[in-house]
Amino acid sequence: MQDFAEAFRLAFGLVAAMDDDLVEIIGLSMRVSLTAVLIAAVVGLPLGALLATVRFTGRAAAVVIVNALMGLPPVVVGLLVYMALSNAGPLGFLQFLYTPAAMIIAQSILITPIVAALTRQIIEQMNAEYAEQFASLSVPWHTRVAALITDARYALLTVLLAGFGRAVAEVGAVIIVGGNIAHLTRVMTTAIALETSKGDLALALALGIVLLAIALAVNGAVMSLRAGAESRAHA
Amino acid sequence: MLDQPVSKSKCQLPLTVTGLAFSAGGARLIDGLDLVLTDHDTTVVMGPNGAGKSLLVRLLHGLIEPQSGSIAWNGEPCGPATRQRQAMVFQKPVLLRRSVAANVDFVLKLKGGSNRERLNRLLAQANLLDKAAQPARALSGGEQQRLALARALASDPEVLFLDEPTASLDPTSTQLIETVIAEASARGVKVILVTHDAGQARRLANEMVFIHNGAVVEHSSADTFFKQPASKAARDYLAGKLVI
Ligand SMILES: Nc1ncnc2c1ncn2[C@@H]1O[C@H](COP(=O)(O)OP(=O)(O)OP(=O)(O)O)[C@@H](O)[C@H]1O
Ligand SMILES: [Mg+2]
Repeated sequence: MQDFAEAFRLAFGLVAAMDDDLVEIIGLSMRVSLTAVLIAAVVGLPLGALLATVRFTGRAAAVVIVNALMGLPPVVVGLLVYMALSNAGPLGFLQFLYTPAAMIIAQSILITPIVAALTRQIIEQMNAEYAEQFASLSVPWHTRVAALITDARYALLTVLLAGFGRAVAEVGAVIIVGGNIAHLTRVMTTAIALETSKGDLALALALGIVLLAIALAVNGAVMSLRAGAESRAHA
Repeated sequence: MLDQPVSKSKCQLPLTVTGLAFSAGGARLIDGLDLVLTDHDTTVVMGPNGAGKSLLVRLLHGLIEPQSGSIAWNGEPCGPATRQRQAMVFQKPVLLRRSVAANVDFVLKLKGGSNRERLNRLLAQANLLDKAAQPARALSGGEQQRLALARALASDPEVLFLDEPTASLDPTSTQLIETVIAEASARGVKVILVTHDAGQARRLANEMVFIHNGAVVEHSSADTFFKQPASKAARDYLAGKLVI
């Protein structure tokens, strides 16, 4: 095992040198998690808006379920996606197992409920405020939803950033369905797990530093978005 | 150029309200209210705090359903169809989280008549042209009221409800809003205005409706109402005494 300080020195060296393996792993991580966020946005934003604005029987139950799904354990999602995509599974013909596509599917499933549940909360609150004005103006349903999403855009963007943060930091699901194959499905979190177990702390640490930096950047973006929204009196 | 006059033939008058009742929290807040409005000129609604004025205009606009009684606009039962031809400026206006111009444009688009010239005319009328690009929620209280009025007029209503549009406004803003209201009224828009400002009522009203405890206690011409109010409640209210 390397010396602790030496590991840090090597790690910073790798980051500074933009090591090829490092860049490849980071690139795949970003591609997988950003695609998952995109899918979660396309599914979760309208779903959340629907739950917030439409009264239907079973709505309360749907809200409870979506809220509960926010806490889905990544390994369970990984297991279920694995079963669906394995050769014997219903989606086995897609041949997605151990490809980035499988990882995108798993992360999408993981964060779509987060996006949907938080969207519902935000839109419902704003809808309560706008409802009477919209009723007075006879705003049709689709225009109402579009207006609510537009006016809540800053808050919703922070929701998507939160979803991205959760996706990019997640390891349990992607390691099961991706398999952590070098140059194919190895992402930051799975690489950290592997390199640590192999004792190559330098690469693991270098990836850890990048992951932390991404988390900080996402949080910084969320905060400045919020501050910007408030100063423009949008909040 | 002004907006098109509202033709009297397609007007929603007369308004006929019979036996209107609305309860909430175990209290009868609107209590067997009868009212007939035939006059195309401005009707001003007055009454002490909590009398039910805001509830009444909400009911007339079809935003809430009465438990009993009926409301008809020119024979048509009050509902989404009658509401579509009306607009309301709420006691506490809710502005969209957008620019001043976008708030008005939202309504123009909704009614299919979005154009720059009309938008600018509405903003100019509310003296908000120089604030067009600012976020609506950053406006002062008076400016917000002016914007809410401009937005209401953007929908080209036949009936315009105004719930205390000048409460807590300075004299200049009040005058500006009164001018806009008077212009709309002159174009044929039926204005139903709630106010506590007797001076404003005198300036704008053709007829007065006085509400007390959820019922109409007086309905008369503005002249009669201010010279010799028939009811004790209205006399006390105008004299600044506690209305019991
Ligand atoms: N949804 C509701 N539930 C219970 N009580 C209500 C509700 N809405 C209004 N009220 C009550 O009904 C009464 C009349 O309210 P309303 O807002 O119509 O008064 P108002 O005449 O407009 O008074 P103000 O001059 O203060 O604006 C008040 O006592 C109010 O507390
Ligand atoms: Mg009121």
